[in-house]
Amino acid sequence: MLKLRIERAPAPLWFRAVIPVIAVLATFILVSALVIVAGASPFSAFFELLINPLTKTTARADILMMATPILLTGLAVTVAFAAGYYNIGAEGQLYAGGMAAAWVGTQLQTESPFLMIPLMLIAGFIAGMLWALLPAILKVRLQVDEVVTTLLLNSVMLFLVSALLNGPWRDPVSGWPQSPTILAAAQFPVLIPRSRVHFGAIVAVVVAIVVWWVMSRTRFGIEVRAVGKNRDAARFLGIPVGNRILMAALISGGIAGLAGVGEVGGIHYYMTGTLSPGFGYTGVIVATLGFLTVPGAIVSALFLALVNRGAISASRELDVPVYLGDVIQAALLLVGLATLLLGRYRIRRVR
Amino acid sequence: MSVLEMRGITKRFGALVANDQISFDIEAGEVHALLGENGAGKSTLMKILYGLYQPDEGEIFVNGQRVSLKSPADAIAHGIGFVSQHFALIPTFTVTENVLLGHEKQPILQHDAMRRQVVETAEKLRFNIDPDAIVGHLSVGQQQRVEILKALYRGCRVLILDEPTAVLTPQDTEKLFSILIELQRQGLSVVIITHKLNEVFTISQRVTVLRLGKVVGRALTANTSQTELSQMMVGRQTIPVTRNIDHHSQNEIKLNVQNLAMADRSGAPRLRGLSLNVRAGEVVGVAGVAGNGQSELVSILTGMGQPQSGSAQVSGKAMPFGKPAALSQLKVARIPEDRLKGVIGDLSVADNLMLEQVGQFTRAGHLNRKQIREYAERLIRDFQIKAKPDDPARTLSGGNIQKIILARSLAQNPEVVIAAQPTRGLDIGATEYVHKKLLEQKQRGAAVLLISEDLDEILALSDRVLVIFEGAIVGEFDASETDIDVLGALMTGAAAEKVKIHA
Amino acid sequence: MLRISTPILFASLGETLVERAGVLNLGIEGTLLLSAFSGFVTAQFTGSLWLGLLAAVLTGVVLSLLMGLLTVTFGLSQHVCGLGITLLASGIALFAFRLIYGGASTPPALEASFSTLEILPGTSFAPLLSQHWLTYVSLLCVPLVHWLLYRTAFGLRLRAVGEQPEAADTAGINVYKMRYMALILGGAFMGLGGAFLSLAQLGAFTHGIINGRGWVAIAIVIFGNWLPYRVLAGALLFSGVQALQLRLQAQGVALPYELLLALPYLLTIVAIAFVGRNASYPAALLKPYRRE
Repeated sequence: MLKLRIERAPAPLWFRAVIPVIAVLATFILVSALVIVAGASPFSAFFELLINPLTKTTARADILMMATPILLTGLAVTVAFAAGYYNIGAEGQLYAGGMAAAWVGTQLQTESPFLMIPLMLIAGFIAGMLWALLPAILKVRLQVDEVVTTLLLNSVMLFLVSALLNGPWRDPVSGWPQSPTILAAAQFPVLIPRSRVHFGAIVAVVVAIVVWWVMSRTRFGIEVRAVGKNRDAARFLGIPVGNRILMAALISGGIAGLAGVGEVGGIHYYMTGTLSPGFGYTGVIVATLGFLTVPGAIVSALFLALVNRGAISASRELDVPVYLGDVIQAALLLVGLATLLLGRYRIRRVR
Repeated sequence: MSVLEMRGITKRFGALVANDQISFDIEAGEVHALLGENGAGKSTLMKILYGLYQPDEGEIFVNGQRVSLKSPADAIAHGIGFVSQHFALIPTFTVTENVLLGHEKQPILQHDAMRRQVVETAEKLRFNIDPDAIVGHLSVGQQQRVEILKALYRGCRVLILDEPTAVLTPQDTEKLFSILIELQRQGLSVVIITHKLNEVFTISQRVTVLRLGKVVGRALTANTSQTELSQMMVGRQTIPVTRNIDHHSQNEIKLNVQNLAMADRSGAPRLRGLSLNVRAGEVVGVAGVAGNGQSELVSILTGMGQPQSGSAQVSGKAMPFGKPAALSQLKVARIPEDRLKGVIGDLSVADNLMLEQVGQFTRAGHLNRKQIREYAERLIRDFQIKAKPDDPARTLSGGNIQKIILARSLAQNPEVVIAAQPTRGLDIGATEYVHKKLLEQKQRGAAVLLISEDLDEILALSDRVLVIFEGAIVGEFDASETDIDVLGALMTGAAAEKVKIHA
Repeated sequence: MLRISTPILFASLGETLVERAGVLNLGIEGTLLLSAFSGFVTAQFTGSLWLGLLAAVLTGVVLSLLMGLLTVTFGLSQHVCGLGITLLASGIALFAFRLIYGGASTPPALEASFSTLEILPGTSFAPLLSQHWLTYVSLLCVPLVHWLLYRTAFGLRLRAVGEQPEAADTAGINVYKMRYMALILGGAFMGLGGAFLSLAQLGAFTHGIINGRGWVAIAIVIFGNWLPYRVLAGALLFSGVQALQLRLQAQGVALPYELLLALPYLLTIVAIAFVGRNASYPAALLKPYRRE
């Protein structure tokens, strides 16, 4: 008779490579329940979710557009988590960046995009950094847990934005609680004609490359990773632990700020209180599913964008609520984490 | 009839035999001392008694009945209580709450009744305790008494104490002993695990000596002497000297440490005015039983801890405390006590080899991967590390991880080498290799400070042997003049005055 | 003001219990939303408010059990799992909401919601004392939780597990079981909080029914130093400020009310910063327990 025993040893390599596939399959099976309740067949739902968007050019372009902000927040979270710093505040940092970009975009009197856009990016990065500064300092100096502080500041930022947009910064033209429209020079060029894919996508790719290069090829990057993986040993080796955590936290905030810049400069052309439907939190999903690596983050961002675009398509064709996309990405996160554990066990035949 | 008897207990951990056919018994109303060096098997034996380990062979009898102790709950049910070196107390709870925990007897807590019981039990043992005191605010001595109260509350008849005075002040030690004597008067039995001879003679009636997992001696305390016991414990009569012992008294002092004082978090002093020096080309070994300040000394000398007072110099230059990077710059090679805190498992072997000197491999912030790889390959070759540069460090064996630590620090031609427990957990081959490398450094002219709980290692490598006891250096020997009896006596606190023996 | 404080109070008390056992449950926000929704839907389709209440409580418990499975049994990161549960629960709630009610422009409402209970009508206390009965329950829960934590063996063990699970384990306590129990209780409280909003206060359900109050609860637990009575004070402080803001807004005061709303959050950050190193954190918070 075949007797099997489960033991605590790393699973074979081929199995570990298959785990992401298992996670995706398991997620979709679980989510089928919702689809059936919505009155659609799981198969047609998955067709709409995964296949259909890839077949049409407009949908494909949409995927790129939707991937842009979450790739940036995903990269922001990746950098922070690499140092062992749990930055859940990407949402607030994104809004900070968006505000700064909108301010530059409306105040700077120039006709040249070559002057305007880089300045917007710089302003947005700095704004995101500043918003990340307080929790980072509290963590490094006073050992205050950064999860709660970054989370709370998200809410504070939303209030701040609302106060500004309903008050001194309200658009006099439309009267809506949004900032005045940014100048033409500030509007990000569209990359693919008749789509909404904007310059922000290039920014995201550039940031991805830079982050990858810094984390793997520079002294700073390896020191940050060392701190994240074994803080005591890093200290023993003479690495300035507090400084590296602080820098990682600030850079993380800056990158999240860039996501906000993209949304303002490339999508809305003004600052609004609904700039982000939770991109900051989606960034955590992107980073985690990407195993805290840059290539992983890129793949995750694209996949999640596909799923979200597919959810829109499913809602149109099959009358399945578009929130299916949100459910899938959250489920993917949890299922993904759980299936990772499978990689810690192997099955042995007992003779 | 003995209250408790262990017969033929054997326990193996892989290839290591921690307890080898040990038989041990305790009578009612006696204080029995279990004596031995580190690694002798005392703690293992007592953990078996407390149900934390299961013996591979042998039996345990309580009041003549054979019992099987599969967990601490079983042990407690049979009246066995255990006070370990690391208290299982909740610092934010009160004394009463800690005593109650897990044995509340009622779903709704009766605080007043409990408080009274705590105070009464303490009074019966002739000491006072505030039942509402927060345990975290108590001194170590008081916390220990709470642990004893816990055991009594659970109805123990045999109380096992593991190195109870290791963390106590003399006053607390006295109080503890008077409590133990009181327990004895009330008919309970006490097993005290210790390495301090004066304790054995102060309160025990019988003593069992363990060495390398076996019982090497039993005696009635009244009938034996300190000399006899320390001989049994340390067990060496002569030390074969197989290497050239040079005398270095004229060489330059490379490491000079004065008057280090350091207290732990609860304020108990762990280092009291410790001073030592190491000259170029010599190996100085610090011998001592674990818990006498070695860890604190190591943490200071590796840059991880800060003393409250004292100073140190390396090659004449002041040594800053708490700055590991500065130590690297002063050419101090550091081999930490805990390998896992010196190496980053998830990074590659190559990265671990170069990180301490990462600046040398960086140009304008950019890592020179080619240079790193070449360096790694060279060190792997020179130090015979069984790994490839890209292997994650955590996949290596203990011995190879230690080689990484050796390689990265010794390849820099250090002036001073601080080696803390360098062969802990390593097999014979790896141990020999480490010893070889340390001697090489000495030949090179470096000053090597070896801090180890393994007396054999110290005796085999050192030119000078220092003995650390209760946070200070209490003896210094030239290797050729080491009298093992005096050494053992110093390590166990038998000798009161500082001893210095020179050629 | 008392009315506003009720959901926050329920959520904070629940989170206090959970964190005291050593688990940080960031899933509150999503749990509140889904509980509010499930309670609402059940009430509307069965016509019974009580069944709706039950549904809400069950939802809270189930979601907390999921948190337990992931973090206690599997030992995964509490931060990420909690966040994931919030996202998952919110997604499911909004999905189901859209599915059942379509894109209605006016929020669906119950025919009858839980009414207020008037104590001592006609006296000068009447305005204060005509609250929904759930509000009275929430206030009673404060001494209840205090009693549970400090006067029962269960509470003692729960606190032990959150401070030093190793010591608790040695004392014979099942760390995993205690944490699950704490999560179940916490989940029930969160269900009550959500139910209050949809079944009592509003009698309806909207997207923004929770509006960040789950995150507020986490802040209040820290602000209240994990003590039930101080958590009550924190909840009242928050809702007091919110009530003030509503009143000022009604009077057309020029001060941006958002500043007032942000104030409690900022105060909490200051409070945490001060406590910082000496925080009376349950010492084992965030660490999954693994017996070596």
